[in-house]
Amino acid sequence: MGLTGLAIFKLLPKTNCKECGVPTCLAFAMALASGKTTLDKCPYVSDEAKESLESATAPPIKLVKAGVGDNVLELGDEQVMFRHDKTFYHPTGIFIEVADNADVAAKVDEINGLVFERVGQKYEVDGVAVVNASGNADTFKDAVAAAAAKTNKVLLLVSEDAAAMEAAAAGVADRKPILYAANGDNYEKMVEVAKKLAAPLVVKGKNLDDLADLAGKVGYKELILDSGERETSKVLADLTQIRRQAIKKRFRPFGYPTIAFTTEEDPYMEALQAQVYVSKYASIVVLKTTELASLITLFSFRSNLYTDPQKPIAVQPGVYAVGEVTPDSPVYITTNFSLTFYTVQTEVESTRIPSYLIAFETEGLSVLTAWAGGKFIGEEIGPWLKDSEINEKVNHKNLIIPGGVAAIKGKIEELSGWEVTVGPREANGIGSFAKLKLGGA
Amino acid sequence: MPVQILKEKFTGTVQEVVLGATKEEGGTRAYTVKLGGSSTLPFLQYEGSIPNRPVIAFEVWDVKPDWNPCFEPYYGDVWNDPAAWAKKAEELGADVIYLKLKGADPELENSKTPEDCAKVVKAILENTGAPLMVEGPGHPEKDNEVLQAVGEAAAGENIALGAAEKDNYRSIAAAAMMGKHCVIARSPVDINILKQLNIMITEMGIAPDKIICDPMSSGLGYGIEYSYSIMERSRWGALIGDKMMALPVVCLAGSEAWRAKEANAPLEEAGPGWGEQKPRGIMWFIWLLTG
Repeated sequence: MGLTGLAIFKLLPKTNCKECGVPTCLAFAMALASGKTTLDKCPYVSDEAKESLESATAPPIKLVKAGVGDNVLELGDEQVMFRHDKTFYHPTGIFIEVADNADVAAKVDEINGLVFERVGQKYEVDGVAVVNASGNADTFKDAVAAAAAKTNKVLLLVSEDAAAMEAAAAGVADRKPILYAANGDNYEKMVEVAKKLAAPLVVKGKNLDDLADLAGKVGYKELILDSGERETSKVLADLTQIRRQAIKKRFRPFGYPTIAFTTEEDPYMEALQAQVYVSKYASIVVLKTTELASLITLFSFRSNLYTDPQKPIAVQPGVYAVGEVTPDSPVYITTNFSLTFYTVQTEVESTRIPSYLIAFETEGLSVLTAWAGGKFIGEEIGPWLKDSEINEKVNHKNLIIPGGVAAIKGKIEELSGWEVTVGPREANGIGSFAKLKLGGA
Repeated sequence: MPVQILKEKFTGTVQEVVLGATKEEGGTRAYTVKLGGSSTLPFLQYEGSIPNRPVIAFEVWDVKPDWNPCFEPYYGDVWNDPAAWAKKAEELGADVIYLKLKGADPELENSKTPEDCAKVVKAILENTGAPLMVEGPGHPEKDNEVLQAVGEAAAGENIALGAAEKDNYRSIAAAAMMGKHCVIARSPVDINILKQLNIMITEMGIAPDKIICDPMSSGLGYGIEYSYSIMERSRWGALIGDKMMALPVVCLAGSEAWRAKEANAPLEEAGPGWGEQKPRGIMWFIWLLTG
């Protein structure tokens, strides 16, 4: 945030009226500085103070919303340069292009069909970019209408012809589409069209200077930025500059979400180009490819990158079957910290012995941390195991535990009536363990 | 409106490490490669120098690998002969050969002896001109024996030996020091151990320009974000002047990526909407390289 608590305090009424819910004005100022509260909670702040405070306490990157209903896409409002500094909040929107002179309906059907499922998550394309490739306003209008009729995804209208944009946008006014793009020549008209729809508008510069100039003068705040650069490493450099200026300098013209377009023709190279932009720092990336391998990796990477590093990621606790299990299948147990769980799951899978794997509820802690914290110990696992659904699934009572916590063996046996085998210390030892102890491949 | 480009004022530079030695330098490599040397984050050419491109090492095993069958058309003719395999990797464009001495794993039948391993390394050095990195079977005691023999066999070649880990670094580092080789310092996706291990290895008398870090790469969907952030944090540490984080990084992308179900599952066992195995495997792999 731009101001310190003390600097904000100087602008407050200093009456300690408590109506904001905080005991003193100083405490309120501190809460404001750390972004924990908002200025509208103070009923007595002067208009003058309000104005200077609002600009100073506004988020460094504006939150911009596109789309309607269940398909609202939130963009921007990021606070840090690196995910390890805090977290990233709004995952990059992934859009796919449709040319207005192609078979729009068929292409949009194809995009609608791009639904992937992995590790319990469902990935879908966020939006459809209708490009005025024909250069014809009527064709563009019809294509936008055809796309809108086929999908509820967010629409991105791509035409720098303001008249064509006006006509096409009018047909989808209730969808809050993103309009692309206002440039130095057309921005007055484009802003007018965007204002009418209250829709987000992309400003496209010739370079960073031109972009700052445009964003500063358009007189509209629902903006998305494009520096106009298309060469991968230069786009990365521009996106980094935009993010840095916004966060570190609070340079207002760059305090908006961003958009990047791929240029590579090969679908795999294109996905890699998109990956660079997902990493650093595009709010939207627009692709042409519908190649499955390109997209599933892009979606997976985005979902990994946007996980909150402050929270351990957990899988749903419970009993998981790995392979075609039978009542004779061995039973492993580990914690529900997702990294641990998936690592163990992969190793168990590669033993090619169908097995059960229990993800024990440790609130997302790893094995040793959970053990040290009293969450992965015999006193917890034993009673749970005794009544667990696993008793109905297998005809034996033999549990394999991680080698790092061999000490909990006795207590589990005592409290569950199961027999415990101590497995390897590390997941990568499961292969040889299974071979030796379970007679696997 | 002219935008004042905002540059980070970094004070540190990533340590430059040379791998390999030519005839003039006491080895037999056709060329050497330089690693590290950057004074900014990747690709931000406007604020620092990035003198050395990342080099691509090809993984070669001393025994036939248990890899996905989709590799067979490419390596099936050579993967019973590590020297021929290394040669083929070189022809396919490898900057560096990364030899994994899996055959020395004491849990395998007919596990290779340190002498066998030294022979394999000699054969590869004779058959190729690329700098070499050698990793033991991943069994602490056997690694120590094997890498000592390899270090001696490759004396003067300035290869990299690995992997030295927190609980097992002394013998491997000593073997590297004896043969004037580089050492691969491996830490388990943990920035504190990464730094601690580098300190411990340098305290043994190994110069920082002989250490390559392996912070361990987690695969896409299997914790890539942890590796990503560890690398960003350690690189940032390097650039603001922490010399014990300022060592070049190696990522063993192949073995990580191809462990993932997403890379391997044939079409009929794949998740909904995943598509064919081969492009999926390739993409899963490439992602780890670039991510």
